[in-house]
Amino acid sequence: MKYFGLIWSNTWRKKIRTSLTILSVAVAFLLFILLNAVGQAMTAGGAMTGAERLVVIDKITLINFLPISYQNRIAQIDGVDAVTVQSWFGAFYQDPKNQFPQFPVRPDEYFAVYPELVLPEERFEAWKRNRTGAIIGKNLADLFGIRVGDRIPLQSTIFPKKDGSRTWEFDIEGIFDTTDPKGATNFLLFQHDYFAEANQFGDGFAGWFTLKLAEGADPVQVANAIDLMFANSPNETETSTEAAFAASFAEQFGNIALIVTLILGAVFFTLLLVAGNTMSQSVRERISELAVLKTLGFKNGTVLGIVLSESVLIMAIGSLIGLGLGWLAVRGIDATLAAFLPSGVVVSSTALFLALVITVGAGVLAGIFPALKAMRLSIVDALARG
Amino acid sequence: MPRSTWTCESGPAANAFAMKTLNQILAVTWLNILNLPQRVATSTVAVVGVAAVVLVFAAVLSMAKGFERTMTLAGATDTAIAIRAGSTSELSSGLSSEQVQIIETTPGILRDGGRPLVSAELYVLVDIKKKSNDLDANVPFRGVGDNAFAVRNNTGLVAGRMFEKGKNELIVGRGAQSEFKGLDLGATIKFGRTEWQVVGVFSAGGGVAESEIWTDARVLQNAYRRGNSFQTVRVRLESPESLEALRSTLTDDPRLDVDVYTERDFYASQAEATSNFIRVLGYPITILMSIGAVFGALNSMYSSVSTRGKEIATLRALGFGPGAVLISTIIESTLLAFVGGLIGGAIAFVVFNGFTVSTLSNASFSQVVFDFAVTGDLLVQGIVTALIIGFIGGLLPAIRAARLPVAQALREL
Repeated sequence: MKYFGLIWSNTWRKKIRTSLTILSVAVAFLLFILLNAVGQAMTAGGAMTGAERLVVIDKITLINFLPISYQNRIAQIDGVDAVTVQSWFGAFYQDPKNQFPQFPVRPDEYFAVYPELVLPEERFEAWKRNRTGAIIGKNLADLFGIRVGDRIPLQSTIFPKKDGSRTWEFDIEGIFDTTDPKGATNFLLFQHDYFAEANQFGDGFAGWFTLKLAEGADPVQVANAIDLMFANSPNETETSTEAAFAASFAEQFGNIALIVTLILGAVFFTLLLVAGNTMSQSVRERISELAVLKTLGFKNGTVLGIVLSESVLIMAIGSLIGLGLGWLAVRGIDATLAAFLPSGVVVSSTALFLALVITVGAGVLAGIFPALKAMRLSIVDALARG
Repeated sequence: MPRSTWTCESGPAANAFAMKTLNQILAVTWLNILNLPQRVATSTVAVVGVAAVVLVFAAVLSMAKGFERTMTLAGATDTAIAIRAGSTSELSSGLSSEQVQIIETTPGILRDGGRPLVSAELYVLVDIKKKSNDLDANVPFRGVGDNAFAVRNNTGLVAGRMFEKGKNELIVGRGAQSEFKGLDLGATIKFGRTEWQVVGVFSAGGGVAESEIWTDARVLQNAYRRGNSFQTVRVRLESPESLEALRSTLTDDPRLDVDVYTERDFYASQAEATSNFIRVLGYPITILMSIGAVFGALNSMYSSVSTRGKEIATLRALGFGPGAVLISTIIESTLLAFVGGLIGGAIAFVVFNGFTVSTLSNASFSQVVFDFAVTGDLLVQGIVTALIIGFIGGLLPAIRAARLPVAQALREL
């Protein structure tokens, strides 16, 4: 630390060059944080994947419906705590562009399976009492300016009502939030009983079932027991953990992680060149100074450390700026895009840790060759040249 | 340099001045280029920075292009598609056999040997594993009638034979065969409890149908317990102009509740969500990376100007104008960026063009197999971005170069 003053003044020897290098580093880390957060939000998938939950879908494809009678049979299996029906309603609000998930569910069951959802008790009761009532996630309510007491029309692209109309009206009885920081609140829930009664295709089916495992139950055992129970029936099932289901669904979009990694690879490769070039220029200009330092008795290792520290310092300042901007940007994205992404957009601690590793790693990589050059300087030659 | 040269206004003198400045610019630019090798490290950094921007830009946007191209390629303007009103995809549509019969007898449909060219189709999904990651993907499984090929452009068998009616046989699109497991000619594949045999391979001119697998509509109705219902009806129009008449006849019929589109419009609207999504991601990434590259270019040009300080001062002392120094510096920077843009574009083209992937289409909820398309206009956009980066990156250093105090710089010799 006693050389910090020296390192600091070396760093700012060429103000423009150092500033520009720091800004390039900042842009790289801003991109890193943004891509990481958005990539995570897309691949993490699933509105909520925190708890121990299993999803039961039709074996052939998840668009096939399952008989609703399966629900009671699943509930009887050992290790199953609660089961809820869900279906994909496929409606939009006002404009076909405003598509967000809506699920017809039974309130008590659903909240038993998703205990992390937060809804004031009296709102929950009001929803249960109102057959055409619905509750909406906070993100969506903010996005569309929807308030409790509003009556909103949704156009279903899949389910016409018995009278042939496609417009379903719901009374917003509550706005729910979640205690899971990664959980999304970008969907709407309404009563399955109303859905079953009013839709043209009749009742007796559900899109899929989600169940909460009892404390200590083995997910694999429970999943196998369910699939075995319905084997050789007209509707065989496929049961997987909610996380695996969400991940395989996200994978269907293609390898997002790979694309993100490729872009970041290109960004950081360029960054290394920029920073490395700055450092080697800086060392080249200071050859005689470095020789003087060595004449004064600075050890080889100290000279190496001074140059490396300078490189890491530049990287660290840029990285801090980039991460700060990234954090602000991610908050902005979360507010505007949350309704369209399957999970909340957050700066994860993994990303921050990775950023730290990259900061130090790239700083050392960019500085190592100039630093070695500085260390190996022969005093006589260097002084003669200067 | 005499100040009077700047104030010349008359014709011949102005011309002479312009010529002189132009000559100076060319001379100084040439000089800069010749001694580029002395600044190779810094210049390379600027070039690579710009190349990375153009590479990422072209690669990301080529996905959007390729997806759009696949979705619209096979979309004919003289084929109309009828789906249940309000449905945004074939998957969510549904039509009864009575409704299909009404549609078949509507005027405006092309006839072949007296029979209308109509194909009533069923559209479901099956889970098949992707070759790339061994995970289940939603593959579109279409039940078709006799006229499936006749109502589509450029579509036909390329290997094997057509499925036999009433049998659990299927033909697979070229794209589906290359992306998904177990669809080789002659293979047997199991969906749920039913086994199917792959008996043929078809192409659809690179269009979206190549991502699908087809079988006899009746067989699919049974296998999926759909009774006698269908999802969409495709009809070959007598001409693209017959669409309006057909549309108004069908939408006015109280027994029907359908929307009618040309196949091209239908697929174009299906492509929108996914390709817009890619663009929404691609452009901000490019803008951010460009900002980073501008810093790189600025850095390299500032150091170019500072290492050439004496040279610039000498030129100025010899009578070269500040304008010549300014413009030549901008040209150098723009040229470096141009080279970077070419390299980035070339890499994008060689590596990504024609690269086949599949994704889940937001609109149809099913897999679409498509090729990355690094098109000419993408490359042009990339190069223009590179030139802008080069220009901005050169501007400030160029102003500094032009303002260099001559006497002071020479004294440092």
